[in-house]
Amino acid sequence: MKGNTYIYILVMAAVTYLIRVLPLTLIRNEIRNKYIKAFLYYVPYVTLSVMTVPAIFFSTNSVYAAMAGFAAALLLAVKGFKLMTVALGACCVVFVLEFL
Amino acid sequence: MSRAREFTDGLRDAVPICLGYIAVSFAFGIQAVLSGLTVFEASLLSLLNVTSAGQFAGLGVMTAGGSYIELAMVQLVINLRYALMSAAISQKLDSSVGLGHRMGIAYGMTDEIFGISAARKGKLSPFYSYGAILISVFGWVLGTFLGAYSGQILPGRLISALGIALYGMFVAIVVPVVKEDRNILIAVLAGIALSTVFYFAPVLKDISGGMRIIIVTVLIAGAAALIFPDIPEDDRE
Repeated sequence: MKGNTYIYILVMAAVTYLIRVLPLTLIRNEIRNKYIKAFLYYVPYVTLSVMTVPAIFFSTNSVYAAMAGFAAALLLAVKGFKLMTVALGACCVVFVLEFL
Repeated sequence: MSRAREFTDGLRDAVPICLGYIAVSFAFGIQAVLSGLTVFEASLLSLLNVTSAGQFAGLGVMTAGGSYIELAMVQLVINLRYALMSAAISQKLDSSVGLGHRMGIAYGMTDEIFGISAARKGKLSPFYSYGAILISVFGWVLGTFLGAYSGQILPGRLISALGIALYGMFVAIVVPVVKEDRNILIAVLAGIALSTVFYFAPVLKDISGGMRIIIVTVLIAGAAALIFPDIPEDDRE
């Protein structure tokens, strides 16, 4: 590490907080434009999906175990299981498959 | 609904988030110590940032000896989605909600808290957010501390398995919405397809991960807004 760890941490925190706080404090009224409303409606889910695929396949030691973990997460989520069950279910599948 | 009731509702709804966060931040804590941070620094980082993907990327920049400017740029790109989530939540707040409350809610605008806030019936009370943020951040910092503290003694195989936890959490947020709304399903599938192309195609694959996420999101969400501009009205009042 070249820089000071605490300055690194503060820089990250400041940038991240500004990103979160500016829209919440600057947008005080309802947005009327239906295209902007639709864009904001789609963005979060598209972002999360884009962040997940294909990166999820390279998130563990074995691509095949990660694929199985992804399949397990999808299945558990479709069945209506909550956050922790889905996340840990995927971890368990990866752990067992990499053990074999 | 009373403030206390809103607060306890937030606490209750975020219990699964708290537990999921412990798993994911545990993996972060391990990684942070491997990158040269102390247990205290790793926990402080989690408390001040509360951002999964951004924190993992931040560690990468730190260990590579990157500049403060580079670190700021990486955070800006990876976390820009929070601006869009904050903008969406700004539409769910009553216009009478003051500056202080807006600044408080902003601290905890994570993917998961956004998910339960957007799903809340009617207008969003800041006290609901505070309940959700309190228990979620508690889990996020606790998991980081435990991972940083115990990471060195865990077997590599376990650490590898925890690597997928973050993505499992994302799947758990997106799937329930996709089941309800066919247009979101189409947008999500298109996003995944384009993201995969960007990941592997010549030239495109040289674009950094954070930049790829922003470009693909803006293209796909923009196209979806033009093709399917009629979104469901919030009829959950």
